[in-house]
Amino acid sequence: MLELDKETFGTEVLEAEGYVLVDFFGDGCAPCAALMPAMEAFSEKYGDKIKFTKLNTTKARRLAISQKVLGIPVIAIYNSGEKVDELVKDDATQANIEAMIQKYI
Amino acid sequence: MSKIYDVIIIGAGPAGLSAGLYAGRSHLSTLIIEKAREGGQIVNTAEIANYPGSLDEESGPSLIERMKNQAKHFGAETVYDTVSEVELQGDVKTIKCLTNTYQAKTVILANGAYPTPIGCPGEREFTGRGVSYCATCDGAFFEDFEVYVVGGGDSAVEEALFLTKFARKVTVIHRRDELRACKSIQEKAFANPKIAFLWDSVVKELSGEELLDTMVVENVKTGERTVVKADPEDGMFGVFVFIGFRPQTALYEGKVKMQDNYIVTDENMNTSIPGVFAAGDIRFKSLRQVVTAAADGAIAATQVEKYLEAQSCSVI
Repeated sequence: MLELDKETFGTEVLEAEGYVLVDFFGDGCAPCAALMPAMEAFSEKYGDKIKFTKLNTTKARRLAISQKVLGIPVIAIYNSGEKVDELVKDDATQANIEAMIQKYI
Repeated sequence: MSKIYDVIIIGAGPAGLSAGLYAGRSHLSTLIIEKAREGGQIVNTAEIANYPGSLDEESGPSLIERMKNQAKHFGAETVYDTVSEVELQGDVKTIKCLTNTYQAKTVILANGAYPTPIGCPGEREFTGRGVSYCATCDGAFFEDFEVYVVGGGDSAVEEALFLTKFARKVTVIHRRDELRACKSIQEKAFANPKIAFLWDSVVKELSGEELLDTMVVENVKTGERTVVKADPEDGMFGVFVFIGFRPQTALYEGKVKMQDNYIVTDENMNTSIPGVFAAGDIRFKSLRQVVTAAADGAIAATQVEKYLEAQSCSVI
C-alpha cells in the first residue's frame, strides 16, 4: 500500500485518474491497526486492478476533515478524485470491504 | 467443512481470549471466530486501571495485545469471519459464517456487548462525521474544537477527561442531576477547568450539512428544548456517546434461554443447551468488567474440558 501524507494526497488521490482506495487510519486507533493486515492482504490480491493507499490522519487532521472524515477507520474509494463509496467504523469489516472493492474492479 | 473442533469460541474480547488461552493450554483444538478485530469494546478504552496487574499507562489495546499473543502461544486458532447462523443443538454444533462454516463439539458464546446508541434521528448518519463511540480512535480530530460527551457513568466521565487532551471544551450531557461515576473519577472531572456539565438533559436530534454541527437537547425536568449550534468558526463539533452497552445476542434469540436479552448461565457458564457455554458481557450477571469476563472465559473453557471428557466416557 502506498503511504500518503498531506503533500502527496492531492496528486495520488484527488488528481489521480481511475479508482483509488484510501485507508484512513490514525495513531491511537486500535481498530484501524487491527484492520491493517487485512488491508495489506487485499492490496496484494487486488492491487493490480485498483490503487491501494493509506493516510495517517494523526499527521493530516485537517486534510481528513476536508475529506469529511471525523471518525476512523474509514475505507474509501475515489474515482478520478471524487469520493464514490466508503465504509465507516463498524461497517468497515473485512467482508464489507472486499464486497466494496469488487464493485469497482 | 472438514475439521470438527473441540471448541469454537465466538468473539475475541477478554472473555473469548481467556477461554482460548485455557482451552489451548488443555490441548483442546480451539477456534476463535472474530468478526472485526480482537478486543471487543476494550480496544476503545484509553486507560485500564482496574484490571489486576495492569501496568502503568495500560490501555485497552496494549492489554488485549498480550492476551491475544498468550492465547495464540497456547495454540488457539483465530479466523476473521462474521457469524450469520448457529445450530447449537446436538453433539456437533455448526457455526455458519459469511465466508465459511465451522463445526465443533462445544461452543462458547463470548460475543460481548456493543455501545448503546442514543437512538435519536441523525445519530447513525453522522457516525464518523461527528458522532463517535471511541474517544481513543477519534478524539484527535477534535483538537481545539468543542465536544460533548453523553452519559454520566465511569466510562463517560473517564472519556470526557481523556478528551480534554484534545478539545478546547468538553461538555458532559447527563440525564440526571448527578453523576453515576465513582467518586475518584468525579473529583477529577469537577477539578478540570475544560469540563462543563449539562444536567437533566438528553440529546433528541443530531444534524448538520456534511459534518455534525447542530444538536437538539431536551431538559427532562422542564421539557424545554435547546438547539446547540457549532461555533461558526469551527463549523462542527463532536458528540461522544457512552450510555452503556447492549448484549450481542440477536443470533441466539429463541435458541438459548435469555433474560433481558442477556444469556442465562449457571455459575459454570452452562447455558440452557448442553455443550454450549457463555462468557463475558453477553451473560446475565451483576458486574461486567475485563476481570469478570476473563474469569468467565477460564471457567467456560475448563467446563468444556469436563463436558468433553464426560461425552467420550458415555460413548465408550
